[in-house]
Amino acid sequence: MAAMTMTRAESRPSDDGPSRVQTFLSRHGGMMPSFAAVFILVLLFIGGEIFLRGDFIRPLTISNLLIDNAYLLVLAVGMTFVILTGGIDLSVGSVMAFTGMLGAKLLAEGLPVGVAVPAMLLGGAAIGLFIGVLVQYFGVQPFIASLAGLFLGRGLAFIVSLSSIKVENDAVLWLQSTRIKIGDWVITPTGIIALVTVAIAAFVLHLTRFGRTIYAIGGSEQSARLMGLKVGRAKIGAYVISGTCAGLAGLLLTAYSNAGYPRNGIGTELDAIAAVVIGGTLLTGGRGFVLGSMIGVLVYGTIKTIINFMGAEQAWMQIIVGALLLLFIVVQRAIVARSEGRR
Amino acid sequence: MDGVRPLLELTGATVRFGADAALDHVDFRLYPGEVHSLMGENGAGKSTLIKAITGALAMDEGVLRLAGEAVAFATPHEAQLAGISTVYQEIELLPNLSVAENICLGREPRRGAVMSRRLMRERAGAALAELGLELDPASLLGTHSVAVQQLVAIARAISADVRVLVLDEPTSSLDLDEVAELFRVIRELKARGVAILFVSHFLDQVYELADRITVLRDGELVGEYLTGELLRIDLVQKMLGRTVSELRSRERAAEDDAEAGAGAILRARGVTVAHGVVEADVELAEGEVLGVAGLLGSGRTSLAHALTGVARLESGEIRVEGESVRLDSPRHAITLGVVYSSENRRRDGIVAELSVLDNITLALQSERGVFRRIPPARRRELAASWVDALDIRPPDLDRPVGTLSGGNQQKVLLARLLALSPRLLVLDEPTRGIDVGAKVEIQNLVGELADNGMSVVFISAELEEVLRVGDRVAVMRDGRIVETVVAADVTTDSLLALVAQPGEDEE
Repeated sequence: MAAMTMTRAESRPSDDGPSRVQTFLSRHGGMMPSFAAVFILVLLFIGGEIFLRGDFIRPLTISNLLIDNAYLLVLAVGMTFVILTGGIDLSVGSVMAFTGMLGAKLLAEGLPVGVAVPAMLLGGAAIGLFIGVLVQYFGVQPFIASLAGLFLGRGLAFIVSLSSIKVENDAVLWLQSTRIKIGDWVITPTGIIALVTVAIAAFVLHLTRFGRTIYAIGGSEQSARLMGLKVGRAKIGAYVISGTCAGLAGLLLTAYSNAGYPRNGIGTELDAIAAVVIGGTLLTGGRGFVLGSMIGVLVYGTIKTIINFMGAEQAWMQIIVGALLLLFIVVQRAIVARSEGRR
Repeated sequence: MDGVRPLLELTGATVRFGADAALDHVDFRLYPGEVHSLMGENGAGKSTLIKAITGALAMDEGVLRLAGEAVAFATPHEAQLAGISTVYQEIELLPNLSVAENICLGREPRRGAVMSRRLMRERAGAALAELGLELDPASLLGTHSVAVQQLVAIARAISADVRVLVLDEPTSSLDLDEVAELFRVIRELKARGVAILFVSHFLDQVYELADRITVLRDGELVGEYLTGELLRIDLVQKMLGRTVSELRSRERAAEDDAEAGAGAILRARGVTVAHGVVEADVELAEGEVLGVAGLLGSGRTSLAHALTGVARLESGEIRVEGESVRLDSPRHAITLGVVYSSENRRRDGIVAELSVLDNITLALQSERGVFRRIPPARRRELAASWVDALDIRPPDLDRPVGTLSGGNQQKVLLARLLALSPRLLVLDEPTRGIDVGAKVEIQNLVGELADNGMSVVFISAELEEVLRVGDRVAVMRDGRIVETVVAADVTTDSLLALVAQPGEDEE
């Protein structure tokens, strides 16, 4: 071994070594779409401020952004796991409706929160497990498997009840009604739950083998398997996490609207997917960040808020989100094409 | 090596795909501290043998022994745990993760459930340093060149306790300096007692590195030799094989006419394609058959791609009937009457699920466009005439092509191309993997086509075949056409010598 150069490859920027910028790009090039999302978010804020003559960038508006979209943020976190593996989960909207109904029903029957809430989470996880097993062991396309989950969830929601069920449980209502004030900023327990979910997800994705396996599957399932990673388990795990997040979102939405309603969340799965994609996660998997998904949700919420403030047609919401999605998909294609061109 | 026991020993290895044996009772031994090369042409069974060793494929028969103990690996991961690491030709790494993760994943340092990124970078840094690579372990793998990615794959392989290292064509994407670097590492590993299986189609590299050579042909073991005792020409002969030819050469009645004919239908000058062909000149007269001989990786397929618009030219000029053309797609080439038949019949040729009828008329319909449908009756008539002319069996137009034998599939493919009435037909290994009878039929067919004025470029790994079919033979080596000879003037042996000659830089 004497002949070998034992110089350690250090990334310290030096005169002849790569510059800080190059090092940063080579390490975090995959974050570019997420940075783009931050950029768009800033633009939207500035735009909102100008259009609404200084009435937009206020702590309360921004606080409400998080509070009003807490459930969507939790859905987007779960969706990020699935999309990172290269899959998709269309079931989350109706699973959210189902778990919301289930929780409301159980509470109305007089069961304690300690039973109702775990039941909601487990209900979501069970549907996620069902989809994951279909995908992994029966080779069903994620699109189709989760479409089955979508119908299953919606049907179960209607089986619980055809009309909305009011929630009068204090503990659940507390989640939304408590306003914790920090200066002019406001946050509710639902908002805190959403933020904690993001934090846990970021930790799991970046610092555990399970998380890295999720990324590896998205990069190349075959390679991940050859590296000896437990591919099957991680893939099913991603759908279970998405289902559990949908269950949690059901809780947050129930607290937000004081009721379970079987028609809740129709099309919400698409909002979640849009937020994840706008946040910089590639639909082909393997690239993206859960923090990016949070930015995506905030972009989504900001557009909605601005349109509400302006009193414009809701249709504009759809058009703008559609245009943004298109823009981001094109940006992503360009990034993928560039990285393939280099190989 | 008499006193030493082999570290890895494979006996009677047999792998069947359907009725075909991809590997037929092959024995293979690998000693600690040696570099052993596995040689053979396409379809000789090299990849299958590697897969059998690394657990990627289950053997139908045979025993694998590691250090004397019989083992059976269900997955490549199990083989890795036993100390058998593989670096594949196609990089099996993850471009979306960091270099450190690519080296460490699967056995990354952890505290409880949490990975230590710092330890991972340190470990990766050490593995890279061992290869003399200065690389930021935290950078994304995808930001590096293919060559660097290849070296990272090797770093991954040696960062574990490796006893057997399998390198499957590791040099195909590396330049000279990188190859030298890799060889230095291989020699270090060898000195440490690692048993190395080195597969490469570059003869020079094999002779530089390997202690012993095992030759496979058509899934069978030809023999095991010490590199020092095996002449290059003998090696090539063993790889290509010699089947006793009972066939007459094709009569070349038209030869003289062709020579004197109106001129070249195809004239290519200085054709260069990235990673394939260097400065190739090709000239082809009407009704002439140009054989192309060369080993795997000599650029024979790249040349075919260059002439038919599949690959973009880096430089050089192609003239079809005297007119300079820029072939930018196979479709463009087809409109000029230049048609290519791929060496990979199953992947790029026939559509196995479609009927014989559909397969034959596919290209013709596609050339005419969707809106000018060939009437069904005309289609049947056309296909039936080709089935008859080429004697495709069974003569059932509605049978899915996938159910036909290899030789008949090839004929269907030929019929499809001939239906376009091309002027120049480029056939890339049209007789690979088909039985002897069908081979002869296809060779004869090529002769007939040429007699009727069609020009043919005929690429084959079998030298006899190239000599029998071709009027002239272009010999390729390392992407260059090193010699073009008149087929009648050379014997198989002298052609073999041309094909096998070592690279010029060595002489």
